[in-house]
Amino acid sequence: MATQQQAQILRPETLVNAFQQNGVTHVITIPDSETNYLYELMLEQPWLDIVPVSREGEAFGIAMGLNLAGKTPVVLIQNTGMLESGDSIRGMALDAGFPLVMVVGYRGWTRRGKITDSVARYTEPFLHAFGINYYLVEYDADGDRINTAFEEARATRRPVAVLIGDEYHGWNR
Amino acid sequence: MIEAIEVFRAFEPYRGKAIVAATGTSGRHWSEVSTYPTRDVTLGGAMGQATSAALGLALGLPDEKVVLFDSEGALLMNLGVLATIAGKAPKNFYHFLLDNECYATTGGQPVPNASNIDYASLAKGAGYASSYHFDDLEDFTISVGEILNEPGPVFVSVKVVPEIENLPMGMRPSRGGRSRAEMFRDLRAELGIAD
Repeated sequence: MATQQQAQILRPETLVNAFQQNGVTHVITIPDSETNYLYELMLEQPWLDIVPVSREGEAFGIAMGLNLAGKTPVVLIQNTGMLESGDSIRGMALDAGFPLVMVVGYRGWTRRGKITDSVARYTEPFLHAFGINYYLVEYDADGDRINTAFEEARATRRPVAVLIGDEYHGWNR
Repeated sequence: MIEAIEVFRAFEPYRGKAIVAATGTSGRHWSEVSTYPTRDVTLGGAMGQATSAALGLALGLPDEKVVLFDSEGALLMNLGVLATIAGKAPKNFYHFLLDNECYATTGGQPVPNASNIDYASLAKGAGYASSYHFDDLEDFTISVGEILNEPGPVFVSVKVVPEIENLPMGMRPSRGGRSRAEMFRDLRAELGIAD
């Protein structure tokens, strides 16, 4: 039973391992209430530099600068912050044309369709409007989709989103 | 207030091999003064975000001095970046603010509370290692060399004369010059970074 439950959650190690496998050097982030375990785990990684920002829009400018410097950044934010970042995503990520995986907490989303926060209603339409492809990740078993997102970002030199549909705890089911 | 081009003329002898990014209406004069264009870069693209991009560049290139000439209208759009920069405390980052107190490119409308904001105090309060304010060219010229030898992040606010543009965009002469993509390519080649 315990093993079955374990398989039904997304452990933060799954994301951190994907970051390491894909050569990530910096994670630019605003922590949210669902990602604290991930934040603490990232802080323990000597190969990873965490860049806390004050507002999510900053993250895409910083990512562009890091990419210009030859580094591999990831943006880790909540969907609310993604909406706030629209012009930065346009001007600093899409127009600059570099590989960028954005890991986005899918606040308000449930797999049975009952939306618990209006931001979930606008998350995928926002990504469609910007032409940003995305992958939904709920469990450890979905971990390959994270690597797929990195591969696609490198191949297309565009942002690719990973939507975290169940943020490390299983509450959304 | 100081003419923006005089700020750049005073800075240039001390530039060394620093990577320089200049933004805003005042910032366009940098290309007239710079003698090392392969280390010049434009980080514009979303108003207010050049500051963040310059931080990213400084974090990614800790052995290179990164100098940003920012504008106050842009900084006000992204004021939290002062705390972000101070939090990461890049010792190689020099943040100049060319403060003309207005949106010069849209006709000179004042920025909020234009004449009364003490940007140097904001930066110092956010946690920059040091911050300065100048409104006299002689004082700036005497000080800028020493300031560039201090450990960053350093903030330098300079009051500059607004150069207001009031023609419709379609009637303004093209500034020409390299695109952002070309400047990125040239800087990477200069630094030996794979594209």
